[in-house]
Amino acid sequence: MEIKEFIDKFAEAIEVEDASALTPETNFRDLEEWSSLSVMLLIAFYDEEFEKELTQDQIKASSTIQDLYNLAIA
Amino acid sequence: MAFLTFEGIGITAMAGAVPKHVIHNYEYTQYFPADQVKEVVDKVGVFERRFADKETCSSDLCFAAAERLIADNNIDRNEIDLLVFLSQTPDYRMPATSIILQDRLGLPQSCVAFDMQLGCAGFCYAMSVVYGMMQGGNIRKALILDGETRSKVYSPKDRRSAFIFGDGGVAALVEKDEKFGKSWFSLNSDGSRHDLIMIKGGGYRNMSSEETLKERVVDEYGNIRSDEQGYMRGGDVFNFVIREIPRDIKKTLEFSGVDKDTIDYIVFHQANNFINTYIAKKMKLDADKIPHTIEKFGNTSSVSVPLTIVSELKDKLEGNKTLLLSAFGVGMCWATGIVPFVDCKVSEIVEVENGEAVKV
Repeated sequence: MEIKEFIDKFAEAIEVEDASALTPETNFRDLEEWSSLSVMLLIAFYDEEFEKELTQDQIKASSTIQDLYNLAIA
Repeated sequence: MAFLTFEGIGITAMAGAVPKHVIHNYEYTQYFPADQVKEVVDKVGVFERRFADKETCSSDLCFAAAERLIADNNIDRNEIDLLVFLSQTPDYRMPATSIILQDRLGLPQSCVAFDMQLGCAGFCYAMSVVYGMMQGGNIRKALILDGETRSKVYSPKDRRSAFIFGDGGVAALVEKDEKFGKSWFSLNSDGSRHDLIMIKGGGYRNMSSEETLKERVVDEYGNIRSDEQGYMRGGDVFNFVIREIPRDIKKTLEFSGVDKDTIDYIVFHQANNFINTYIAKKMKLDADKIPHTIEKFGNTSSVSVPLTIVSELKDKLEGNKTLLLSAFGVGMCWATGIVPFVDCKVSEIVEVENGEAVKV
């Protein structure tokens, strides 16, 4: 999966309405939609889309969308 | 592999009790702004739950349920030879609450009574232990009393757990009868994840002290709790559950040889609506077969499986039904049961206030 597609799917998963403003460098914690609940949405997204376990510690250690993408394709 | 099989034993009657006090979650805004509360509540799907007052313990909820069950079914108390109290919110550190309940319920001194200290997956464990003892001995009737007051466990200032948990109690009567076919259970443990859901203080590893009672900010979101209150690493619990639960259900179906389509109802532990919906979707289960009470009672830990049966299947258990029970939680421990229900008699849910059943 290319990062462009990842960003769109990531936006859909955590319910960001306007994905066009997102870039790989965007810090996902700065998004208005980001909350402690987003962790669950993100975990569900990785399970469904990549059949991968994304741990809370991995999320904690990430800051940009690029970091999350790297975990998805690793 | 811990698979267990029993035959000719089943639950013949059930009754439930909940505190009278209803918490309306949208209005539970003492510590968080209403818009934040709404966002959390909509996601977890808990709109109402019941909170026990100061005078009401898990044992009081179970006592009220048991009295109702005994009265509705004209049970001879002298025939109850076994009582298991399942809870992580007992009356005292000692003695075991089950023994106090033996006396309170007027059961004979020859009655075996002991506590089981397990969380959300506990009901299948209690069933297996009771079924096992019944298969091996001369026990005529057994009571499983399953009660929790989780409202007393979690901090209202920690948004990750403040909106999920509720209180309740259930009494289930277990008897031997040839009308019951086979029951199958799969019971599992993973202690490497014991810190995912935990109360760190107040036991004997970290005994109660000023330190354990001190409230503190625990994360970047500003959530507040003390070490004597429970916490949950929700994300990692979710990771665990979406992997292990579908696998365990599949294994138990294979072990039993029961065809998934012949199961009448699938009763999940009511963790939160997000997790439950996700598992059902992932496993492509028929939503019509999955009763739920998460919206009105919240997560009542081990009580949620039997309380959902009492509340939602009351008039649906006539004749011969096969139920699949699936539960997971603190431990971590998780369990699957495939069990026959034959003409199970289910009483109306009793409400409890100041430790006593409210007269209707």
